[in-house]
Amino acid sequence: MPYAVSFQQVSRHFGTVRAVDAVDLEVEAGEFFAMLGPSGSGKTTCLRLIAGFEQPTAGHIEIFGETAEGVPPYRRNVNTVFQDYALFPHLNVADNVAYGQMIRGVAKAERLRDAEAALEMVKLPGYGARKPGQLSGGQRQRVALARALVNKPKVLLLDEPLGALDLKLREQMQEELKALQRALGITFVFVTHDQGEALSMADRIAVFNEGRIMQTGTPEEIYRRPKTRFVADFVGSSNVLSPDLTRQLGGPAEWSSLRPEDIRLGAGGGHEAQVTGTSFLGSATRVTLELAGEKLTVLLPAGSDVPAPGATVRFSWEPSALHLMGTEA
Amino acid sequence: MSTATIRAGAILPGRGGMGGALSDAFWRNPKLLLFVMLTPPLLWLGIIYLGSLFALLIQSFFSIDEFSGLVVREFTLKTYGELLRPSNLDIIVRTVTMAGLVTIASAIIAFPIAYYAARYAKGRWKAVFYLGVMLPLWSSYLVKVYAWKLILAKEGILTWIFDKLHLTFLIEGWLSLPVVGGNSLSVSLTGTFLVFVYVWLPFMILPVQAALERVPGNLLEASADLGASPRQTFTNVLLPLALPGIIAGSIFTFSLTLGDYIIPQIIGTSHRFIGMAVYAHQGTAGNIPLAAAFTVVPVVIMGIYLWLAKRAGAFNAL
Repeated sequence: MPYAVSFQQVSRHFGTVRAVDAVDLEVEAGEFFAMLGPSGSGKTTCLRLIAGFEQPTAGHIEIFGETAEGVPPYRRNVNTVFQDYALFPHLNVADNVAYGQMIRGVAKAERLRDAEAALEMVKLPGYGARKPGQLSGGQRQRVALARALVNKPKVLLLDEPLGALDLKLREQMQEELKALQRALGITFVFVTHDQGEALSMADRIAVFNEGRIMQTGTPEEIYRRPKTRFVADFVGSSNVLSPDLTRQLGGPAEWSSLRPEDIRLGAGGGHEAQVTGTSFLGSATRVTLELAGEKLTVLLPAGSDVPAPGATVRFSWEPSALHLMGTEA
Repeated sequence: MSTATIRAGAILPGRGGMGGALSDAFWRNPKLLLFVMLTPPLLWLGIIYLGSLFALLIQSFFSIDEFSGLVVREFTLKTYGELLRPSNLDIIVRTVTMAGLVTIASAIIAFPIAYYAARYAKGRWKAVFYLGVMLPLWSSYLVKVYAWKLILAKEGILTWIFDKLHLTFLIEGWLSLPVVGGNSLSVSLTGTFLVFVYVWLPFMILPVQAALERVPGNLLEASADLGASPRQTFTNVLLPLALPGIIAGSIFTFSLTLGDYIIPQIIGTSHRFIGMAVYAHQGTAGNIPLAAAFTVVPVVIMGIYLWLAKRAGAFNAL
């Protein structure tokens, strides 16, 4: 079985800017794959390379084993859910969803029936006659999803599709997307800058920075065993400790990461630090400590005793929680 | 913090004087400001402009006494009957056909230029575009028309170029055709057409460019993503979304051509256009009712045109 998408040393340069720089990437067929990274890290350009909106400056791209470079977007059996949905404002919802089939010459009655079925799948039955302008952001998002899925693409690309939705809707859509992907068995490639979203939805994640992939792995691997300081810091805002501090805390002289939720306060033993600030997050309280000139973030579960700023506290952690990342800066 | 701000209370004193009181009054009553600003132009538009249009409409229902040449102030449809005489109908058909062809040609020429300006031109090139489109509008209309007369004349640069390319037979062949031909381009309907297109083209480019500028680029990507070739994207997405701009531009090119009486007089045949007929009837002939009836024709045609455009869904994307 070939990979759904495979990149071999793919680069995309814009003038002197290396948006994507010698990236190797393999997306398995039927998996929910997330490309995670800050803005400008090259993840969206990678998505556009798969869709065909960009052509690689160098390297080789395959989609289900077929060469993709030089092939225009309209000849790729790949569909995209755009960041701002890109619904056609002059067409009603049904015609938007039926657009792909209209282009392929499917008879009107048939394509409108398929469109209604797709709208039902995204829980918008009977919305066909409305114009996109009459829909809320969440509804437009669903229409964009139906418009892409009705074509039964080999790969579905999603470009920060949940970015514009409010928190509650976003959480609901995350679950629905995941369920939809399982039910349809279509390969989803999802671009996001929200690590929570990537961790909760994806089967595997590629973490991007400055046009390169820093690490690829399951959410668990990325979260528990980050390979670089960037990944540790970006995924879940881990504490990144310098080799000096790691040694002071009893480890080897290497960079290390320590999850905020793995640190306990006040449990005798361990080390001493000063509290510089606290903030209440609802389900938890974040406490900032200062130790040997470095900051350390601790996440206390709700109901814990919260120390006052300025107090000196003792803190400790399970030895296995300290994750070592080598000596390289 | 300066001492002035420390001394100030929560509410600042009124500005004083007429200006201060007026500002406060307008702020409390924004409709008053709107009323003050809109009344003069509305009076102008309502009384001077619409009023004279209405007077014109009434004039067209009067008739002229053929013996005395005086206007008979009695309502009759006689003048409109006169309008439908073959010689007058001929003028109307010629003018409307010309306006239609000029509009279609302008739209076809304008679209690629507007598309380039809206999608690709950035920074300095955008300025070059605006300058290039607007520059001809800065020089006098008459100067441009006479310049074209020289360009199109038998001894003009166009004939010279065709001669150098040994293609003179093309011009001669074209000029030997009925209706569009003539002794030279400058005294043919083809010449009239070329100059109309040149003179009104900016009025088509600008609205089309504005419409295309509002089409988000990702709609074109979405169309390609859903399998549409560039041509299918053009017919199904770009054209429908640019249509309001094309219609806006065509209102200019169409109505300007319908009403113009100078270009066909300087460049063209002895066959008359509506504008020339109006000019002649209200002037030397003194037949104000017929001139008025001729003037009503473009108004009615534009009304029908807009109604058809609306029915065809040209404004759905607005």
